[in-house]
Amino acid sequence: MKVVLQHLTKRFPSRSKKGEEVTAVSDFTFEIPDGKLIGLLGPSGCGKSTTLNLICGLETPTSGHIFFGEDDVTRLPPENRGVGLVFQNYALYPHLTVRQNILFPLQNLKGSEKLSKQVMLEKAEEAARLVQIEKLMDRKPSQLSGGQQQRVAIARALVKMPRVLLLDEPLSNLDARLRLQTREEIRRIQRETGITTIFVTHDQEEAMSISDLIVVMKDGIVNQIGKPQNVYDEPCNLFVAKFLGTPPINVFSGEVRGGVLYIGEDGVLSVKGVSDRKVFVGVRPEGFLLEAAGPLSCQLQAVEVMGRDRSVVSTHPAAQSETIRSIIPSEVQIDQSRDFVRFALKPAKVHLFDAESEERIPFTV
Amino acid sequence: MQNKNWKAWLYLLPAIAFLGVFMVYPLVDVFVYSFEEGYNSTSQTFWGTGLYNYSYVLHDPYFLQAVKNTFILVIITVPVSTGLALLISVGLNSIKPLRELYQTVFFLPYVTNTLAVGLVFMILFKKTAYSDGLINLLIHFFGGQSIDFIDGPYWAKMLVMCIYTVWVVMPFKILILTSALASVRQDYYNAAKIDGTSKWRTFTRITLPMISPMIFYLIITGFIGAFKAYSDEVAIFGTDLNAAGMNTIVGYVYDMLYGDSGGYPSFASAAALILFAIVLTITVINLMISKKNVQY
Repeated sequence: MKVVLQHLTKRFPSRSKKGEEVTAVSDFTFEIPDGKLIGLLGPSGCGKSTTLNLICGLETPTSGHIFFGEDDVTRLPPENRGVGLVFQNYALYPHLTVRQNILFPLQNLKGSEKLSKQVMLEKAEEAARLVQIEKLMDRKPSQLSGGQQQRVAIARALVKMPRVLLLDEPLSNLDARLRLQTREEIRRIQRETGITTIFVTHDQEEAMSISDLIVVMKDGIVNQIGKPQNVYDEPCNLFVAKFLGTPPINVFSGEVRGGVLYIGEDGVLSVKGVSDRKVFVGVRPEGFLLEAAGPLSCQLQAVEVMGRDRSVVSTHPAAQSETIRSIIPSEVQIDQSRDFVRFALKPAKVHLFDAESEERIPFTV
Repeated sequence: MQNKNWKAWLYLLPAIAFLGVFMVYPLVDVFVYSFEEGYNSTSQTFWGTGLYNYSYVLHDPYFLQAVKNTFILVIITVPVSTGLALLISVGLNSIKPLRELYQTVFFLPYVTNTLAVGLVFMILFKKTAYSDGLINLLIHFFGGQSIDFIDGPYWAKMLVMCIYTVWVVMPFKILILTSALASVRQDYYNAAKIDGTSKWRTFTRITLPMISPMIFYLIITGFIGAFKAYSDEVAIFGTDLNAAGMNTIVGYVYDMLYGDSGGYPSFASAAALILFAIVLTITVINLMISKKNVQY
């Protein structure tokens, strides 16, 4: 089922009488292709959860339309939309067993949709098998670990075979190891069922790792939509570039003069097709090459060992942040006796942004 | 270790001393009195020990009347007040405008003096030389015969008593239940909504189980409170409850000690222990039922 959002806008009235309306989602237009896993990504307060609530029907939009396939569901109540929602804290009914929790949505069906007890139990078993909790069916939620509760919540959302599955911060309540495991699990379940799935997260790594497409939002406005790798490689503006990637991108203020990019007084890269102007220079941590005669000279602060790589922490007067973090393969020798390092830059890992609009400026080497 | 123990006992001493003198000793004393036959409080003498006091109390028509009254009161007022309080709390929880005003109104009886409330009920129900009471005026208006609620037939007096008790105990129950309802997380309701759960099913399958611990708490304390009813009766029917036929077990105990027929601490003790046995039994049954039904 493809999901189409057309000029979706949600404004909340202000709490006080004189205050201004809060625009949580502004003019969101996007067609989510059938059977894909979409990550809605952004810092807290960017409107991603509101978007999710609009899609599932817990909130009604101020303007705009939502289509599931060809059906306009904008004014439909949640129960008639055929969505499954997994809550951030799972919202499992604590007084019911796992089986009763999964059965709950099925028992709500009325009239011609009503199922026999046998069919309901079979469906619940099937959903439980899909998320691999069939051995836990008679436990109460309080007797389950966080990861198991998460699976039960997914099974409950899936048991009615919804047209669209929505997950609100599905991994935020899990510890780091479980998070890694569960996100692959979500990917697998989504592939197996083929249900169009939208999930909300503030963790860019989570979104990048499993999504087919990611939507980066800020202050209710969609900044960029695309495949994770494309968004990472070609961020449309400084915000998106800063938001994606760990460790985060290093930002310098710089200047383009005569087709050469200067950071401070060092001409670091030739950038063709860019007129002379002030720019922000974003360099991914993996975009630094340690070279004795490299054009960019930085004050060396520390070298952190991370196993496979080493992270070189240094400072530069033109940098926007206090330290610059670059990732260097551990085979490369670092002379730690000197108090400065010299870098050359990989052009593909360098992004230029207009100093005023913060939009990305394309260039060729 | 020894030293520490000694200190611990020292810290506990004030509480233990007070509890011992004002609670444990009297309790033991009541127990002893109830088996001392023919005890005279002036001469501090008795002529035998045995179960005579219990036998006397259990054959005393006043006591049997008091037990009957108390049981009727308990059986009617506990379910009615809890049910009504639940209804009102759910209503309060689902309206927005004027909620605080309604909450205040419903809470008023809790902060009002029992005797003042009794006076209000007199105005509503009592026949005087000048008026038949507000309720009788209403009955007249609808073409009925006036009824003497205070000195009239038994059922009329019991009705007033039940209405009064329900009205007095309800505010506390509403207070507890509204806060219990408010503490049910919105997520559960949202989840139910998305799954297309009907309102009634949401109430019975989600809301009720979630607040069931509080409901059982109210039922248990409600039973205990109703079994101990006394002052409310005095507020409406005056101190001579036996004459009005509206005595309660606690009222009977009081009368045996200090009433016109007073001066019988042995009978009073026996009656008090019978009441204790009743309350204990009911509470144990209640707890057993609630253990079965409140399970998370």
